[in-house]
Amino acid sequence: MNDLVKIFIKSWLVDNVILIQFLALCPFIGMTSDTGKATGMGVATSFVMVLATAVTWPLYHFVLQPLGLEFLETLVFILVIAALVQLVEFYLKKSAPALYSSMGVYLALITTNCAILAVTLNSISYGYNFIESIVYALGTACGFLMSMVLMSGIRARLKSAPVPNFVKGTPILFVSAGLLSLAFGGFAGLIK
Amino acid sequence: MKKYWNIFVNGLLKENPLLVIMIGLCSSLAVTTKVTNGLGMGLAMTFVLLMSEIIISIFRKLIPDSIRIPIFIIVIASFTTIVDLLMQAYLPSLSEAMGVFIPLIVVNCIIMGRVESFASKHGPLESACDALGMGFGYLWVLCGISLVRELLGSGVFFGLQVIPEDSVITFFARAPGGFFVFGMFIAVTKALKNVRANRALAQKSKKTVAQNNGEAAK
Repeated sequence: MNDLVKIFIKSWLVDNVILIQFLALCPFIGMTSDTGKATGMGVATSFVMVLATAVTWPLYHFVLQPLGLEFLETLVFILVIAALVQLVEFYLKKSAPALYSSMGVYLALITTNCAILAVTLNSISYGYNFIESIVYALGTACGFLMSMVLMSGIRARLKSAPVPNFVKGTPILFVSAGLLSLAFGGFAGLIK
Repeated sequence: MKKYWNIFVNGLLKENPLLVIMIGLCSSLAVTTKVTNGLGMGLAMTFVLLMSEIIISIFRKLIPDSIRIPIFIIVIASFTTIVDLLMQAYLPSLSEAMGVFIPLIVVNCIIMGRVESFASKHGPLESACDALGMGFGYLWVLCGISLVRELLGSGVFFGLQVIPEDSVITFFARAPGGFFVFGMFIAVTKALKNVRANRALAQKSKKTVAQNNGEAAK
């Protein structure tokens, strides 16, 4: 139990997926212009992230490993993620049209979200068991959602801030992301 | 010949994937703590981009439109796996330093974007030029960022210890520094662009003023 809590805190705060590990920067810069968008993207990504880990872990350990096909993991995992995204899209379209119309746009973009592929690959290379992998994916997903929402809040403030002309637009986003990342650096050492 | 050259140069600055279009950012910030890493990542990426664009532009008329995305992904993933295995075999230390970011070339938006918007519409030769242009555009920015970060963060400049170890700014070697340096790179690019646009504007207005004067004299 203790280990699981540690994995969760580590993947959520200490090794925050966006701010410390530099994964999934495209949605972080592209989709955080307002909080609604950022939350939608964050929830959709989190959902697929946990689901993908729950599928790829058994796939690797019960299919690829016995057959000696470990070198195909990148290829197989990305196809699994692409297929999962499609399935989730179909399912939501049929059963929850309201949710689909608010989340649908983001779903298509998730396939090329590098955080998801990284989580599935890392949970294999870190040697986690199934439960640990799920907790790791959950923690990473929470970290992703939190960073997205935080960044969208900062951007709302930036709109009315007197930004020097030189860094107006995207550069100031990176500078504020850097400051946010510096703040998250404070969590280093929380988990030994 | 001019046409191919133009396609190649396009990716270097005018449509630079990192500084102007701003895609494929993740790997560019994560691996650029050292120049060797930046160089390795840039070359790996260029290779995958080049091979994927060539293959896809050769088969572009055979690929059905409705399932083109999965096919692109399979092609890209195959070349990424090749690069990953080659680097593990021949450059183990570099491969270890870059870790998960080598397999993550698969989901790099630059490749998917170029394959979708360029290679699926142009011939193999043009696609190869485009891939090389975009690849080198990515490579030089990576080298630039890692040069700054390595110099300020660990005091090393092309393998030489320039700044003594106890007076380096570790901020630049760590995550926040990556964001900061990259932001500055974009700011400088934008400033240069503005200067150029202003100069063009000034020249244009000068011309029209001269024209008006000429007409007035008539």
